[in-house]
Amino acid sequence: HLEKSAVLQEARIFNETPINPRRCLHILTKILYLLNQGEHFGTTEATEAFFAMTRLFQSNDQTLRRMCYLTIKEMATISEDVIIVTSSLTKDMTGKEDVYRGPAIRALCRITDGTMLQAIERYMKQAIVDKVSGVSSSALVSSLHMMKISHDVVKRWVNEAQEAASSDNIMVQVLPLSHTGCFSVCLCFELCILHLFFLLSNDALCIFITSHESPLFDFIESCLRNKHEMVIYEAASAIIHLPNCTARELAPAVSVLQLFCSSPKPALRYAAVRTLNKVAMKHPSAVTACNLDLENLITDSNRSIATLAITTLLKTGSESSVDRLMKQISSFVSEISDEFKVVVVQAISALCQKYPRKHSVMMTFLSNMLRDDGGFEYKRAIVDCIISIVEENPEGKEAGLAHLCEFIEDCEHTVLATKILHLLGKEGPRTPVPSKYIRFIFNRVVLENEAVRAGYWKFLGYRDMPLLCPLDRCMMDTDDEVRDRATFYLNVLQQRQMALNATYIFNGLTVSVPGMEKALHQYTLEPSEKPFDMKSIPLAMAPVFEQKAEIMFVATKPEKFAPSRQDIFQEQLAAIPEFMDLGPLFKSSEPVQLTEAETEYFVRCVKHVFTNHIVFQFDCTNTLNDQLLEKVTVQMEPSESHEVLCCLPAPSLAYNQPGICYTLVRLPDDDSTAGTNPQEGGERSKNASQLELLTVGANLWFFSKMKYGLMLVCAVCRPVTSACPQRERQPLTLTFASVPLPSGLSTTRAFPLAPRAADVPG
Amino acid sequence: MQRPEAWPRPHPGEGAAAAQAGGPAPPARVGEPAGLRLQEPSLYIIKAVFILDNDGHRLLAKYYDDTFPSLKEQMAFEKNVFNKTSRTDSEIAFLGGMTIVCKSSTDLFLYVVGSSHENELMLVSVLTCLFESLNHVLRKNVEKRWLLENMDGAFLVLDEIVDGGVILESDPQQVIQKVNFRADDSSLTEQSVAQVLQSAKEQIKWSLLK
Repeated sequence: HLEKSAVLQEARIFNETPINPRRCLHILTKILYLLNQGEHFGTTEATEAFFAMTRLFQSNDQTLRRMCYLTIKEMATISEDVIIVTSSLTKDMTGKEDVYRGPAIRALCRITDGTMLQAIERYMKQAIVDKVSGVSSSALVSSLHMMKISHDVVKRWVNEAQEAASSDNIMVQVLPLSHTGCFSVCLCFELCILHLFFLLSNDALCIFITSHESPLFDFIESCLRNKHEMVIYEAASAIIHLPNCTARELAPAVSVLQLFCSSPKPALRYAAVRTLNKVAMKHPSAVTACNLDLENLITDSNRSIATLAITTLLKTGSESSVDRLMKQISSFVSEISDEFKVVVVQAISALCQKYPRKHSVMMTFLSNMLRDDGGFEYKRAIVDCIISIVEENPEGKEAGLAHLCEFIEDCEHTVLATKILHLLGKEGPRTPVPSKYIRFIFNRVVLENEAVRAGYWKFLGYRDMPLLCPLDRCMMDTDDEVRDRATFYLNVLQQRQMALNATYIFNGLTVSVPGMEKALHQYTLEPSEKPFDMKSIPLAMAPVFEQKAEIMFVATKPEKFAPSRQDIFQEQLAAIPEFMDLGPLFKSSEPVQLTEAETEYFVRCVKHVFTNHIVFQFDCTNTLNDQLLEKVTVQMEPSESHEVLCCLPAPSLAYNQPGICYTLVRLPDDDSTAGTNPQEGGERSKNASQLELLTVGANLWFFSKMKYGLMLVCAVCRPVTSACPQRERQPLTLTFASVPLPSGLSTTRAFPLAPRAADVPG
Repeated sequence: MQRPEAWPRPHPGEGAAAAQAGGPAPPARVGEPAGLRLQEPSLYIIKAVFILDNDGHRLLAKYYDDTFPSLKEQMAFEKNVFNKTSRTDSEIAFLGGMTIVCKSSTDLFLYVVGSSHENELMLVSVLTCLFESLNHVLRKNVEKRWLLENMDGAFLVLDEIVDGGVILESDPQQVIQKVNFRADDSSLTEQSVAQVLQSAKEQIKWSLLK
């Protein structure tokens, strides 16, 4: 009902004096509403409207001014020359009217680009440490956004951010330090929120709390008894995500989630059951205690909750409960969306694996689902499930095949039909009466489309002469590919030689398809009299657990463990006498290429982090065929505190023979470079290794070790709002003296225990 | 060397591709311990906030990331969400890799959308804050007509709660204080008798339908 041109016309009154706040506000609202509805504004008209709006700064009406800020933000990307309001905004953000300052900052940051950021830098720094919480929080949030635009500049504000963190602000954020030590911490809301933040090394590795003996664990666990549900839930969620958590450690988290299952609030029930679902994947026994509560949730009015409850039960349920569960699912599966249906099918698939004797119940259920309406993904999930039963469970084979045959009679998805036909071709001959499937296959060949017909060749496993009749027919098919394949296979079969059958029919391509494509292309480009050699193509990497990986559950079969890359490195390095005393290998980085592709030598670097040392492994290759390089070393210039202990040269590098040379660097013992000033970074050279430590405030602490990714833990707790009387506040106690710091970092740093009386705001 | 973004957010594609109700986290990357993996934490929790009328039409909408870059996609998403939640009056739903919390009031539907990896209770707290603040601003008449007449108040309220996807404030009292806006009392009294009757009828109709 609003017309853009009419509204823009009305906006002309912005230029009038005196300004009528009510009318202007009304029109400005209409403009914003139009923008919100997705109305397109051309650059010219947007710019005009923007400039007109700037006149409204003359009015002192609060709401009008606030709406101007909003308009600036909305139009920042569609109008030109928005930076003309910078001075007005700067004035407002440093002015006396507190109510303007926060929003002005946020508007200002929306229009500021990298070049201008330095100009407003001092204002931002002042704002961050401002006593007014709204100002400080606005400044911090804006700084967070500005990180994306100008990392280096914003990084310098971290001192102010630290100071802000120690104040009584309700909403405070600490800015990221550097691109390799990126994190931010949010102390926010009126509630306590616990976030565990992790340090990303420049190889983008995340390292988690590895030890459940870490004193942090006690802290998280104590959060389970917090007053606020949000905190409790977050703590429970954090615990269950810890790797290597035992069932005993999970127990308190699970019991909390169990309580949430009976909460009157749907969001809480949903959160609980979703998390329990995740736990059930790895520790089904831990969730068994909740089975009763979960069963109650099956009849929950919220279908998402009900589905999650069922799938969790399917993971934790016993064999005897399967029948009951399946009956309950079938009653509501028609009501849930396709996405959930797929989840349910996958859970059933896992259950089939677990209880093969129950295949008949599940098969009935699956076939019913197959007959119902549903999208492609859903049907495919069901078909995959049935196929896996057929392939793995000899007792379920016939029933499964029968259901699938029935399905393809009336299936609109070619992919599925072809897949099932392939299966029939493979499994059919192994059944007691293979001929009963011939009818289905024959019908498909006659009635279906080309893709299905072309796939028909798989049936030749039957070696049954009557089958060759359809092949004859295929030789006269209208489609080229069908004819080609039919002719080829007919000829092979008529030779009646098993070896030929095996090579040309049964065994698929063992080579990688893209490799073959490339090789063939190459072959066609260069005229050659030699025939194309299949052996020149690299073999395909067969994905071993591909099928299983699609169904996201942890198989109960023991998994084979190939030696990891790190294990291999550890062995190699331990074999070198100079490196024998370094202790355990903590982490090996991904290889980093140090040279350009076309240089005379090619160097890659892998960093191995030990307790007190780093070994830089340089994989070098000589690319000049007329030179032999001897005693190759890579010179390193680390920063002052790091000491190069020794260099092991690669004795000689012949052309194209890669060799390895090592450099051993010792890490500094004393990391009291920590303090409040992080070291200035900038583009770090790949050979430097630097350390940064930071402590912030009384209630917030963390440390970071850059680049070699240690655990960064940030415990964030804030008392309830200052509006709340002191006695109601949750006292904070971090019940540990220091975090175990690996790698020689000083443990004498005093991390705060409980907030001192002076820090708890009165 | 490439500088990564300040704080990598959970990739929207991951959530959507998983498309499983609170299902497993995206598969562990090579080299990482298999099993559950905590998402890289981010402060960018909110993906979108929108308010729809009882026909599913947008009254106010703010999207904070580019999960739905074009207007068309946004509208389609809103419609989808509306269809899924309005009839069953569900307060929490899962759709396309995202968690959506919903609150309805008279003839309005308020939604907050976040990634499925987020703490649902945080989304609920944002939603509650939004509702309570609007409740105050609109003098307890959280309905379409009042919202439309006081759209500026609604814009300001939302601006104080979420900024660019980061939760700025979740205490309704604080929000109300900062926005300092109340719906016009005078327009209430200016209503004609017919209008009052009409609005009364509508209110009754909606309360019966619940």
